[in-house]
Amino acid sequence: MTTTPAPPGSRLLAAWRWPDVSWPQALRMWRRNAVLFRRGWRLFVIPNFFEPVLYLLSIGLGLGLYIGQRIMGVEYVVFIAPGLAAASAMNGAVFEVTYNVYVKLQYLRLYDAVITTPLEPEDAAAGEIAWAVTRSLMYGVAFVIVMALLGYVRSPWAVLAPVGLALIGLGFASLGMVVTATIPRMELYTYFFTLFITPMFLFSGIFFPIDRLPEAAQPVAWFTPLHHGVELLRALCLTGDIAVAGVHTLWLVVFAALVFPPAVNLFRRRLIV
Amino acid sequence: MGAHDTAIRARGLVKRYGDYAAVDGIDLDIPPAGCFGILGPNGAGKTTLMKMITCVSPPTAGSLEVLGVDVHGDRRALKHRLGVVPQGETLDSDLTVRENLTSFGVYHDVGRRVVGERADQLLAFAHLADRADARIEELSGGMKRRLLVARALVNDPELVVLDEPTTGLDPQARQLVWERLRRLRREGKTLLITTHYMEEAQRLCDRLAVLHHGRVIAEGTPAELLAAHTAPRVVEVHGEQANVEEVYRVVGGMARDVESVGDRILIYTDDGEEIAARITQAGLATQGLLLREASLEDVFLRLTGHALVD
Ligand SMILES: Nc1ncnc2c1ncn2[C@@H]1O[C@H](COP(=O)(O)OP(=O)(O)O)[C@@H](O)[C@H]1O
Ligand SMILES: [Mg+2]
Repeated sequence: MTTTPAPPGSRLLAAWRWPDVSWPQALRMWRRNAVLFRRGWRLFVIPNFFEPVLYLLSIGLGLGLYIGQRIMGVEYVVFIAPGLAAASAMNGAVFEVTYNVYVKLQYLRLYDAVITTPLEPEDAAAGEIAWAVTRSLMYGVAFVIVMALLGYVRSPWAVLAPVGLALIGLGFASLGMVVTATIPRMELYTYFFTLFITPMFLFSGIFFPIDRLPEAAQPVAWFTPLHHGVELLRALCLTGDIAVAGVHTLWLVVFAALVFPPAVNLFRRRLIV
Repeated sequence: MGAHDTAIRARGLVKRYGDYAAVDGIDLDIPPAGCFGILGPNGAGKTTLMKMITCVSPPTAGSLEVLGVDVHGDRRALKHRLGVVPQGETLDSDLTVRENLTSFGVYHDVGRRVVGERADQLLAFAHLADRADARIEELSGGMKRRLLVARALVNDPELVVLDEPTTGLDPQARQLVWERLRRLRREGKTLLITTHYMEEAQRLCDRLAVLHHGRVIAEGTPAELLAAHTAPRVVEVHGEQANVEEVYRVVGGMARDVESVGDRILIYTDDGEEIAARITQAGLATQGLLLREASLEDVFLRLTGHALVD
């Protein structure tokens, strides 16, 4: 067999082919991480869990005191809490598939050995993404429980929050994996974080509704995946508007479905030359 | 397809990185059972060939069958039958020594109970039983290599592929790895090993292929290679005065070949004593003279024009 040169663009399109993932194998990669996490969870969990709590205290309660004004009929701190839950799901997922996976990929060369077993690169990628989603769920759910204890949960639909958190995790884990599979050096993550993740955290509707943004910036904010995560969590935990929740869920499903295949396929391309 | 007459069968095998052919048209039949060695200097294409065989790098052209299965076919099923020691250090440093074995057993879908038993057996095999719960960073280089070999056996593979399993080890550590590999060979496993140590090839391998610039330039048993590519005896002339022309003049038709390698001149011959006497008489060996049996190192020198380990 010989290879004929592929027409231009087909390589790009190939990234969206549905990847050949063996889920039992992916689960084995997931389990490796779960076992390690269980061993050191006190060490890992605390910083990631406290970060959003600190935002809640400083901005929600501290700054909220000066704002005084109610937003959407609730105190400021109650308004921002669901968005912070969404952000903690995002951060948990992104951190896992960026720095953590990159170290295993490039420095520990873990996957070089793993793919000599029946675990294909696709399985490893899917397992890592699944693990990132698990972390999103852990942080997000823990935060929603704190919200409930503080009396910031105002709708019984909050029981569906894990679904939203998992969707946010899946979308962002996939997105982070695309970055990991493409960057040549670990230092380049700073671009991803300072140009993408941080602005999204600040301007996607966690701290103020996006209609406060300049006219031109609003559509941009609307298209960011975090915005829909924030609005979904707010609908579930605060307003209980299930129709709104449905729309944002759909948006997140579409986003995840668009980013998951290239995440897995590009990881294979990174590993197999 | 006869999985039993060849363990690996390559025809016109090519691997290109861009325009560069790292493997440039290889035909190879590796028989089952016994140890097959791939010899070659750095950059010869050994690792590239191993990666194609272990299904982690797709060939650019040609065909490659491993244990009777096309490497483009069901990779997961094929890899289930292989044990692989990749080049370099690829242990899972987040896990303990024993967990490195059990985790790979799990990736190979070996049942939980069996994995535990095998891990204990392999720890004993690798001489690491007392290090079961140690962290990887606590191990010496030799221990890590033994663990890598043990890890490659956790699925009880039919074919074990080892890419430079002893490079960088001190002689004692190397001996211990060799001893384990010989044991595997005795147990009837097929071993495929790359090396640039002649001694390793000579001690371990039943058959050898010499790889150079991505091609197989010689193949056979060590004895066949010696017979085909060198004379039985070698006279080494050490000394600044010696140059090839002069040596030629002195030994004339008695030598099969004369070659200059670094600061030595090698004379390949059937009759070493006579040549040695003449060289000494002519005063060419100012820094000494050595008469010895030909070795694989000589085969390699003659085939590729330079030494294996520089
Ligand atoms: N991923 C790669 N991309 C480009 N060139 C490569 C790649 N891997 C290996 N090569 C080149 O292919 C040649 C053979 O490499 P390798 O198979 O590693 O040789 P060996 O294992 O015999 O030292 C070398 O020149 C090397 O630089
Ligand atoms: Mg190599």
